[in-house]
Amino acid sequence: MRPIYAWTAIAAIVLASTTGDVLLARAMKQVGDVGALWRRTGLLTVAGRILRNPSFLLGVLAMTLAFYSLLFGLSWGDVSLIAPASASLTFVANAIAAKIFLHERVDRRRWMAALFVAAGVALLAA
Amino acid sequence: MSPRKYLVLAGVALFGAVGDSMLSRGMKLTGNISPQHLSNIVLVVLNPWVALGIFFLLGFFASYMMALSWADLTYVLPATSLGYVLLALIAKFVLHEQVTLTRWLGILLISAGVGFVTRGPSLTRHREPAECSEPEEETVSFGAKP
Repeated sequence: MRPIYAWTAIAAIVLASTTGDVLLARAMKQVGDVGALWRRTGLLTVAGRILRNPSFLLGVLAMTLAFYSLLFGLSWGDVSLIAPASASLTFVANAIAAKIFLHERVDRRRWMAALFVAAGVALLAA
Repeated sequence: MSPRKYLVLAGVALFGAVGDSMLSRGMKLTGNISPQHLSNIVLVVLNPWVALGIFFLLGFFASYMMALSWADLTYVLPATSLGYVLLALIAKFVLHEQVTLTRWLGILLISAGVGFVTRGPSLTRHREPAECSEPEEETVSFGAKP
């Protein structure tokens, strides 16, 4: 097992899943509160609105890429490296991407949370 | 944040952790996928553990989408990271792996991160930039009822 394979897989997972998360978050904000919408209009309407959202479909595509990158990675490399490394880096990448692309207010509390969780996830593998 | 919303966040953590551990078990049984045998990556879903794992991950996805519809991405992700703690506990008590001191430290850090983020507001309000109070109640109303 060459390390370059593992790290290529990790980079691919982080990139694809961050893209996916941001697109899905954007899509769901456009759809609106699913619980409230469900009570008001019924499940089918909600499902239709979600499934017709372009950001949602692109997000699912990106998540599929991330999933297959993970499967590749898991079969090539050590699960104790690939899974936590990609998960950990995804937390930090998501905080940055959410601030830039979703304009979320990532205050100090949220940075701390993202970094603590990322560090914690990395330690789980050590 | 209503109790039901916390339940949805718990569902994200639980379904994710259980799904991942099943997937991991299935992939270990399947063995290596080499670039020369790409078709294996399609066939791998026929493994019952992988199939069951995917089923649980669908549950994860549904609750994740629900959470994202009323909370920020940078809130949902750390808040649901307790799933990793759950995964470590499954490893210890179900799979009988040894949980080292470093791992307990990792669990502690994750829990601290969860504590940080859940004490803050769950949603950024874009329509009222001057908003300073915690936007806890029913978020932004999309076509609100009269």
